[in-house]
Amino acid sequence: MFELFRNIDRRWIFLMMFLCVAVPIFVIGKYKTTFPEKPLVLATNVFNEIDNLPDGSRVLLAFDYDPGSEGELGPMATAFTRHCIEKHHKMYFIALWPLGRQMIDNAVNRIIKADFPELRYGEDYVNLGFKAGNEGVIKVIVTDLRKLYTTDSRGTATDEIPMMQGIENIQQMDLVINVSAGYPGTKEWVQYAVTPFPDRIRLVAGCTGVQAPLLYPYIPQQLPGLLAAIKGASEYESLVMAKYGGENISGKYLEAQRRMGPQLVAHLLMIFLIIAGNVIYFVERRRGVRQ
Amino acid sequence: MKRTAPLLIASIAGFVMIVAYFIPRTQTWGEDVSVWFDILAAIAFILGGGNLLRVQLKKISDRRPGWAYAAITLIAFVVMLTCGLLKIGSHPNEQHPAFAWSGTYNQTGTPFWWMYEYLIVPLQSTIFAMLAFYVASAAFRAFRAKNVEAILLLGTAFVILLGRTAAGVFLTDFIPSDVLIEDPTFMQHLISTLRLENLTVFLMDIFNTAGNRAIMIGIALGTASVSLKILLGVDRSYLGSGED
Repeated sequence: MFELFRNIDRRWIFLMMFLCVAVPIFVIGKYKTTFPEKPLVLATNVFNEIDNLPDGSRVLLAFDYDPGSEGELGPMATAFTRHCIEKHHKMYFIALWPLGRQMIDNAVNRIIKADFPELRYGEDYVNLGFKAGNEGVIKVIVTDLRKLYTTDSRGTATDEIPMMQGIENIQQMDLVINVSAGYPGTKEWVQYAVTPFPDRIRLVAGCTGVQAPLLYPYIPQQLPGLLAAIKGASEYESLVMAKYGGENISGKYLEAQRRMGPQLVAHLLMIFLIIAGNVIYFVERRRGVRQ
Repeated sequence: MKRTAPLLIASIAGFVMIVAYFIPRTQTWGEDVSVWFDILAAIAFILGGGNLLRVQLKKISDRRPGWAYAAITLIAFVVMLTCGLLKIGSHPNEQHPAFAWSGTYNQTGTPFWWMYEYLIVPLQSTIFAMLAFYVASAAFRAFRAKNVEAILLLGTAFVILLGRTAAGVFLTDFIPSDVLIEDPTFMQHLISTLRLENLTVFLMDIFNTAGNRAIMIGIALGTASVSLKILLGVDRSYLGSGED
């Protein structure tokens, strides 16, 4: 048994990981059950920041991610959008990643157009699209939005869009929500938007797991709330759905909580593999000392 | 002149940004420089496309190992670019139905949309998802408790791995939580921290934040020093070797 484990082919480990992810996906998909979620302070702060705004507030949603991180960030983008809709906030979508525009389109098509067709483009939400320039874009729009955004993503002049009337810069937004997969992302929003205007711009964010440790130093002054990876998304989603979900919640609004199942089993496998690897290491070392 | 002009532009732009940050009256200068930067960043996409063509064509013409991949890259690039630029399959915008090209390039059902939805999305997601397999293999082969530092790292990994799932809550559910207590004492708060989900937050909040802040201060000092060197023309490495 020891020899078997010691010389195990890595493809068996790959197979174990595959099963640990696939089986929970199948079970959760079939029985529609999720693990209970206990929201922690950071997710609660994010929820409160959005929920405590007066209805109809202006919210800038920056979707700075791409399909590679959609699995981790897609559910929180969905929850952010749903929460803003429920609060009747005016949503201004932008993207600093080239493929971020498609992520915005996904949110618009899957949530707004599918479930809230009464919302009108240009009056309740607007897609300003992608702009090249990374943090350079943030630096400009904090003081002059129209210098860069002369049209929306459809090519309509911003002057002709009703909800853009009177908007000169993003200091006029009541809240900035950033979904971030890396550079440019939350760090740049903190450094170039919140830091120069700490009293005027408030920011909450959702990010990937690898990014989260790098953003903790900005909590709580510059970043009052942060959703770290699918766990953070799951906590926030549970809060949004508990208040606004109603009776029959569509599966797309429970994606984060559903993805916690595969994550749990995969994490347990990782712990098992680390322990097994160390047992082999110590047994080998002991044998080596004896010889 | 070939090197002096870029040096001057970089230096002037950099100093304008610094001045604009500290003197409110000059704030608009900084905005103008930022807009130049954004225009340059957009032009960089065109340069990037040109460079991609040049490098891949060279690979193909030299028949270097793996040249077939270069051919696939080129074909994918040209097809995607053509579909997007010419808005193939796109219907005119409702507001301007008389103009054939007034629709958006990525309308549902267009070839561009199809390639994005059924090629780019699955490919990117697959590459990202494959990390899980390699991390699992690495956990088995490389994560060894060889010394005290490694043991601390292992312990932290266990806490975070469990604390980020429902297992963490379940395993330490017997420890009383201070959330429901109105005014918890220090001892009640300390005991509550031992719950795995709270311990995860504690580790991230205290040890991780302290370490990261130290690193960030170091990086900031380094960045300031390198920036000054660039602005003063001491560091010219960003201009390239100047051979071609």
